[in-house]
Amino acid sequence: MLEIKAKVQPAVATTAAAPSLYAEHRKVYPKAVQGTVRRVKWLILALCLGLYYVVPWLRFDRGPGAPDQAVLVDMHNARLYFFWIEIWPQEVYYLTGLLILGAIGLFMATSLFGRVWCGFTCPQTVWTDLFMQVERWVQGDRNARIKLDAQPWGFGKLVKKAITHALWLLIAAATGGAWIMYFADAPTITRQMLEGTAGNQVYFFFALFTATTYVLAGWAREQVCTYMCPWPRFQAAMLDENSLVVTYREWRGEPRGKARAQGIGDCVDCAACVNVCPTGIDIRDGIQMECIGCGLCIDACDDIMQRLDRPRGLVGFETWTNLAASTAAAAPCAPGPERQRAGMAARRVPRFIRARTLVYLAVLTTVAGVMLGSYLMRTTLTLAVIRERAPLFVRLSDGAVRNAYVLKLANKLRDETQYALVLEGPRGLTITVQDAPLDAQGHPLIGSRADGITQWRALITAPPGLHLPESVGVHFRLLNAEGHEATSTGSVFLGPKP
Amino acid sequence: MAQVEKDSLTGTDTTGHEWDGLKELNTPLPKWWLYVFFACIAFSAVWVVLYPAIPLQGATGTTGWTARGAIGGIVEAERARQEPMLARLRSATPAAIAANPELRAFALAGGRGAFAINCAGCHGAGGQGAQGGFPSLADDEWIWGGSMEAIQATIQHGIRNAEDDAARTSMMPRFADGVLTPVQINDVAEHVLSLANRSTDAAAAGRGATVFAENCAACHGEQGRGNRDLGAPNLTDQIWLYGSDKASLVRNIGYPRAGVMPAWAGRLDPATVNMLTVYVHALGGGE
Repeated sequence: MLEIKAKVQPAVATTAAAPSLYAEHRKVYPKAVQGTVRRVKWLILALCLGLYYVVPWLRFDRGPGAPDQAVLVDMHNARLYFFWIEIWPQEVYYLTGLLILGAIGLFMATSLFGRVWCGFTCPQTVWTDLFMQVERWVQGDRNARIKLDAQPWGFGKLVKKAITHALWLLIAAATGGAWIMYFADAPTITRQMLEGTAGNQVYFFFALFTATTYVLAGWAREQVCTYMCPWPRFQAAMLDENSLVVTYREWRGEPRGKARAQGIGDCVDCAACVNVCPTGIDIRDGIQMECIGCGLCIDACDDIMQRLDRPRGLVGFETWTNLAASTAAAAPCAPGPERQRAGMAARRVPRFIRARTLVYLAVLTTVAGVMLGSYLMRTTLTLAVIRERAPLFVRLSDGAVRNAYVLKLANKLRDETQYALVLEGPRGLTITVQDAPLDAQGHPLIGSRADGITQWRALITAPPGLHLPESVGVHFRLLNAEGHEATSTGSVFLGPKP
Repeated sequence: MAQVEKDSLTGTDTTGHEWDGLKELNTPLPKWWLYVFFACIAFSAVWVVLYPAIPLQGATGTTGWTARGAIGGIVEAERARQEPMLARLRSATPAAIAANPELRAFALAGGRGAFAINCAGCHGAGGQGAQGGFPSLADDEWIWGGSMEAIQATIQHGIRNAEDDAARTSMMPRFADGVLTPVQINDVAEHVLSLANRSTDAAAAGRGATVFAENCAACHGEQGRGNRDLGAPNLTDQIWLYGSDKASLVRNIGYPRAGVMPAWAGRLDPATVNMLTVYVHALGGGE
């Protein structure tokens, strides 16, 4: 189990000035790093940003009169297009399902591999990474940037800073612009935006997402993760002793000291891991809320260890269970290669199959199954019957009783079909539909406009002398040209108390 | 006050506040966050100047913006958008509107709204009428006619409306005021019941037939089938505005009641009257 190690410090009472309640911002200057984790991060960055910028430009032919953009949220016409899938507003539960899948997927990934979302795929991380790279190209690496910031303002500094911010704004504008394209036809809206003819709403959201990208990725960076994002605060509930987290193998590194010193651990206290950290923390202090689990310190440390001809992995993705086992196995050994081997030998394959991961997997499978099932059984024709309640029923001059219904026929396809409306209910009831023609059998023929809803008003009449209970069930069946039922909906027929 | 104490477990400064032995750790808020608060306060100050924020009548901001003004603009724009359609509705007859699917759909939607505002108070939300002489517009019985023209005329001029000369008027005499004796009224009520085979006193009904022929048939017809030109309702069907039981009949022969409907031609524009006509006609009883 986890062992909470507390650094017990003596209670010191000093007479210095009262501590400030507001912390100064300490700028982080992450150093460039090469290695496996960094390569994976670049790959994921390219994939995520590529998808984000390119997807709105993908075309998908839906026939005439329909948008040909593969992924489009059409707010004005209330349709959501995803390749061959078209979602109506009343099917927004698919979106709910996706959000549940996203949340549970995040929980599961976290309980298995720690904060991989934060470290590799979170938009905040991805765009910050890109912005940092731009900064590096223009202003140089960590030391150069620190020096530049310390310099008094001059022409050279001004140019470098201006280029950095101009490039940031350019990327931010592309980001804000791409966001708009998910909500409007990409080529059209791009042309309109360049011509200055897009609406105020478009420019507002463009400016909003440009500004947030620029501020969050250029200025706020790790402050977002530490102070604004709720996820680091409650991810502790998903992590346990079998989750992989970025960890410093203290049992191997301590006591840290100069490389040539005798009787000390493998950590040479070079601060490479600290210098590359995008949130400016020291991984050797143990697991911390600020750590986004990006693993760049692993690459940094591996590089140093390789140069010193020592085994890699002084910092690595490790579970607390393995860490405890290694610590126990390494304890009897003196610092050196033997201690390293003993500690590493005590490690076991992490337990990925655990109660919580199984629960997450079950929820994921269930939700995905329900969504898939509901999509496969999704009907393209739905009939909603709304009984008019004012009046509940109308008594006619000959004593007949009549009920009125509003029929809403929704057609999710792009062609129009007519259906014969057949009423199922007590014998003697007759149905008429206002404005509807009759077919050969005398049934009203109703249809719905393509990709829309058409409303009909139906009247059901019970002739005088037909003794019915106060309320009887009736069924509205729609038959297609072959006489097969296309859809049906139930309702009730009300009359006076018998 | 200036005593700074470090918490022994975490090594963090305390704020110096202590409650029952519990000491509050100082976890400082980043300064930029404090500045965001200041920026919000500055924003609100600007807002108070620009927009109506002071709860006093007439206290508008320097921009002069009001919620009423904003919605007014939207309403104006919508009116302008509907105007071509309304112009067509104004010039067309209700029958022509009903024959054109586009106009009919617009008229049904517009008529529904106009009905809810102007008519539902008496005739009910669905035109079902109400007790006390407000006739149902959803059934197939019409006192003054259920054709498009008749409905339009009724809406335009009203019924028994003294302010409009074109309004149709009918007045059933108060037969209890010395015209008929109570026995005669009883007999004629039995006769009216017998028209729908509901009489329980054949002798009285027989006597009442004579009284009916002399006093009632002029308006309600020999067979009691009514006369729409005179607004005399059909007495042979099952729809009764003031009740169908004998006591109600006796009362209504002796002291008849008659409802009044206002004229709408002056209050609503012709397009709205036409939309209402089409809507009422489509409620279920249009002829």
